[in-house]
Amino acid sequence: MKKMLMATTAAALVATGAFAEDVKLGIHFGFTGPIESLTGHMADGAELAMKEVSDSGMLLDGMTVTPMRVDSGCIDNGLAVSNGERLIADGVAGIVGSDCSGVTGALLQNVAIPNGMVMISPSATSPGLTTMEDNGLFFRTSPSDAREGEVMAEILQERGVKSIALTYTNNDYGKGLADAIETSFKALGGEVTIVAAHEDGKADYSAEVGALASAGGDILVVAGYLDQGGAGIIKAALDAGAWEQFGLPGGMIGDSLPENIGPDLNGSYGQIAGSEGEGIDNFVKMAEAAGFLGASPYTPESYDAAALLLLAMQAAGSVDPAVYKDKILDVANAPGEKIYPGDLAKALELIKAGTDIDYVGASAVELIGPGESAGNYRMIEVQDGKNATVGFK
Amino acid sequence: MDFLNAIVALANYVLIPGIAYGSQLAIGALGVTLVYGILRFSNFAHGDTMAFGTMIVILVTWWMQGAGISLGPVPTALLALPFGIVGCIVLVLVTDRTVYKFYREQKAKPVILVIVSMGVMFVMNGITRFIIGPDDQSFADGPRFVISARDFKEMTGLEEGLGIRTTQVITVLTAIVVVALLFWFLNKTRAGKSMRAYSDNEDLALLSGINPERVVMMTWIIVATLATIAGTLYGLDKTFKPFTYFQLLLPIFASAVVGGIGNPLGAIAGGFVIAFSEVTITYAWKKILVYVMPESLEPSGLVQLMSTDYKFAVSFVILLIVLLFKPTGLFKGQTI
Repeated sequence: MKKMLMATTAAALVATGAFAEDVKLGIHFGFTGPIESLTGHMADGAELAMKEVSDSGMLLDGMTVTPMRVDSGCIDNGLAVSNGERLIADGVAGIVGSDCSGVTGALLQNVAIPNGMVMISPSATSPGLTTMEDNGLFFRTSPSDAREGEVMAEILQERGVKSIALTYTNNDYGKGLADAIETSFKALGGEVTIVAAHEDGKADYSAEVGALASAGGDILVVAGYLDQGGAGIIKAALDAGAWEQFGLPGGMIGDSLPENIGPDLNGSYGQIAGSEGEGIDNFVKMAEAAGFLGASPYTPESYDAAALLLLAMQAAGSVDPAVYKDKILDVANAPGEKIYPGDLAKALELIKAGTDIDYVGASAVELIGPGESAGNYRMIEVQDGKNATVGFK
Repeated sequence: MDFLNAIVALANYVLIPGIAYGSQLAIGALGVTLVYGILRFSNFAHGDTMAFGTMIVILVTWWMQGAGISLGPVPTALLALPFGIVGCIVLVLVTDRTVYKFYREQKAKPVILVIVSMGVMFVMNGITRFIIGPDDQSFADGPRFVISARDFKEMTGLEEGLGIRTTQVITVLTAIVVVALLFWFLNKTRAGKSMRAYSDNEDLALLSGINPERVVMMTWIIVATLATIAGTLYGLDKTFKPFTYFQLLLPIFASAVVGGIGNPLGAIAGGFVIAFSEVTITYAWKKILVYVMPESLEPSGLVQLMSTDYKFAVSFVILLIVLLFKPTGLFKGQTI
């Protein structure tokens, strides 16, 4: 009896899904909080993909897609969870989000898993999310920081750096990234003289730099934020003459850093998640036409997250998360015809015709392991007060 | 040579930052101690008074920079300082008229005034953020260094560099001038003497014909001046951010209490004690010891007593120790 009940409910769910004209997707980003300056562009990116699919009229016999934005607060788990539940109550078929690592974990465990909802985060990079039990419901189009640690270690190795001093911003992101850099660099035979945390928002970092300088090292790697303590540490280190070259992971890459520090930063280098090629070029043009910044951090990844959800629905022939969740890896990875931004209509048609696709998208998506991006990085070097791209990894 | 290197490293990482930070704390603590000595309450709004005064200095500095007015090699902010002081004086006098006066007339207990000052703190906090925003602002201009670490290395051929920032020199010089002026005022002028008399014994001072409202007004004017100078020096040397000024309250209070609250000399001594304890306890001594010790005794660890995360804890602990064992502070101040 019980089984029959469940079966009929499931059937009813699938049936209502198939006949509905409209599918809702939640956008769960921190429109307030520490990364509020990025999330506007990110949400625009996700909505661009949804609009493209709606306009094509190809999704499951002409369904339209309605985005629904809610606030995650980036660091406010309570707010993130209650807004996640609101999305469920409003009947979304999938969630693009969340954005920051902490709230993403909270949303996954408290909302997505109990309700069987699929979520794709464009920007949660904590290595902790890789191993979190997710019932196959969680994916991300951004690479884990563990990968960034490996990339950074390789870059340092290639530049002949033998020993580093490492400082990180005292939160989940900073700690995770610092651990990743430390283990990867040691694995390549490098020496890490000190790993010390710094607090953001202080006026004076001379004491921190004093301790770092005492430990020594060829280069100082600053796993922090460019508008926060990271810039303070670099300024204090230059003032004290402790270092002249710095290693800059993703959180430190941005135009404001060379502007604030000045010519002394020239020669410092690092990397940030990003790709090259047709995908990103197309996307930036499309974003420009739609009136937002396509090159803003994690905006291409947001477009890709929304696109993947919709393509998987098409491939599964259903908007039921329990059904289409298994299709996400299929549409994201080879083999199949390569799909770039702006090709979503073509992709939907191909899927309908039964042809395999390989979604490349704006950020060169390649999902590995438990459904996270393999990770493409742009190598950056500060030259003449500008962040110049010197290669890709 | 190694010995010289050790001294230079010590100066670069401990002595110079400590002296500059100590001077800033000392001027801040002087303001707190004056309010405590004369108005008889702990002014929790002091950090935000500093922020407000500094904010006006910054706004005027930006205007001057825009208008092309400058002081040559010296930061423009010094030229804007008087404007900030006037603005800050207006703010504290208005606050005194509208808020503190009411409680003074009721002869409210000090603890009530402390709570009131917290309310004032939140309001000032809000005004500052409302006008200039919560972000970092930089307003220093002119050459950044008197001598940079790189130049020093080239000049002397030593392995260690010694960087002296312009702002550090200005901080120390200004602090000396301000302290000298303040002591001259308190000890030599009639107004200063009447303030000290009022502080020693309110009733006797009233009987000898001292106008209390005048004393209160003068105190606030001096406090606002000191707060703006301390805030501007701190902002020039580091950066301006409303929240860090709020955080500065703890080391400033610790300085005042350690030195003996209500005692201006103690405030200065306390400022340097706190600054040097923070710097020396969180400094990793490895670098200096490697130069000084014979090779066999060289330390392998960092020789750091406490991680720099605990910087603020240092002021807390010193505060506790002083309150437990010598509540009057190093110099004899009032008991809390």
